[in-house]
Amino acid sequence: MKFVDEYRDPTAAQALVAQITALAGDDHFKFMEVCGGHTHTIYRHGIEHVLPANVELVHGPGCPVCVIPMGRVDDAVSLAHQPDVIFTSFGDMMRVPGSRGNLLKAKAEGADIRFVYSPLDALKIAMDNPEREVVFFAVGFETTAPSTALTLLQAKTKGVSNFTVFSNHVTIVPPLRAILESPDLRLNGFLGPGHVSTVVGQRPYRFVPSKYGLPLVTAGFEPLDILHAISMLLTQIREGRCEVENQYSRVVREEGNPRALAILAEVFELRPHFEWRGLGFISQSGLKLRPAFAAFDAELRYQTPGVRVADPKACQCGEVLKGVIKPWECKVFGTACTPETPVGTCMVSSEGACAAYYNFGRMHRQAAVTLGRRSQLTP
Amino acid sequence: MCLGIPGQLKEISDVNEHLARVDVSGVTRIINIGLLEDENLQSGDWVLIHVGFAMSKIDEEEAALALASLQLMGQAYEEELEAFGSSKSSSDTGGS
Repeated sequence: MKFVDEYRDPTAAQALVAQITALAGDDHFKFMEVCGGHTHTIYRHGIEHVLPANVELVHGPGCPVCVIPMGRVDDAVSLAHQPDVIFTSFGDMMRVPGSRGNLLKAKAEGADIRFVYSPLDALKIAMDNPEREVVFFAVGFETTAPSTALTLLQAKTKGVSNFTVFSNHVTIVPPLRAILESPDLRLNGFLGPGHVSTVVGQRPYRFVPSKYGLPLVTAGFEPLDILHAISMLLTQIREGRCEVENQYSRVVREEGNPRALAILAEVFELRPHFEWRGLGFISQSGLKLRPAFAAFDAELRYQTPGVRVADPKACQCGEVLKGVIKPWECKVFGTACTPETPVGTCMVSSEGACAAYYNFGRMHRQAAVTLGRRSQLTP
Repeated sequence: MCLGIPGQLKEISDVNEHLARVDVSGVTRIINIGLLEDENLQSGDWVLIHVGFAMSKIDEEEAALALASLQLMGQAYEEELEAFGSSKSSSDTGGS
């Protein structure tokens, strides 16, 4: 366990922070972590308060639960209310608000909604209940989409005819591009996502340095991984380099997982456009089932409202997802919007910036503010 | 939901269906290893598991690291483990 000990070594963390402080000098840097898992680590371990004040982290749109727009939740609720349907979903999605309540409310109203851990569980429910129709609410980036794809291949091979998928799978690159095109955001680089990259590899990110002139370093999920990746970003900038680098090479390969990518391509194709909460419509960012899998497409089998619903006015998830404001700067944060009664999606998942901050960040920030006051009081 | 849980392969339980028996924190479960078909997985290998599928092969050190880091997450990890434990398709008792 020497490796773990090293990683948990506070001296190593201090050395990295000293390195980051020296590299940053007097300049201000803003880096976006794309992945919700990173956001969780950052808040859980108070990384923002370990870093010098002039190195700022901005939380990106990489939480699959947080980017589902209200209209799609309404569609899910409507599917769940169809007669004879058993609607299956990951637990995280149950509290995501639609315009007329969430899946938990639909379940309380009598819809047969079942929480599953895996799309394979949903398929098993379908095979165990041939007289019922089973719909799987598929969400997630390229980390999760290959699992849905493989499940659909199995369903097809086994000739299961009472199983359909309501696909809300999304891809990581288009929102990155949308953020880079956004005029109200000034970034100096990205912490690239960890698990998504195990599937897509490093190549899809090359446009970030080549077209937008910003470095990207794919990072692991340990606090020290995050600090290391930040120091790699700063080193690139100070050495005048601008590249895609891989801090998480223990798990992420340059080429990703070619088999998973091939399975994805066999089952899914890009939608012309897909709506993201807070980011609006982004072209070629969502995945739908290919015509060969039309029999398994819930959107073809059932009528859904398919209506676009604007986010609640008070909710500022969009600005949080783009990193324009911090969670605590949102008007409803911690008052109308809490993990128990979320108004916006960022408060729902433990990977959402608002929930992570609500659960962990508040204490760290309060401590930092208190300490800051103390140091101002003492001359 | 994007958690990857480390597990150790005990045996390939069904070659055609790409199923393997894994040990996750002392609990034996069945997972799908179809996404790692090219990795030539053997018993004793470590993998990161996501929604019932092995998503990447890792070494023992990375497994220990990932586990330690997950345990620090507390509630989120416990919920994920509980969900994994309750997964119908991965039950080890149904025989396969």
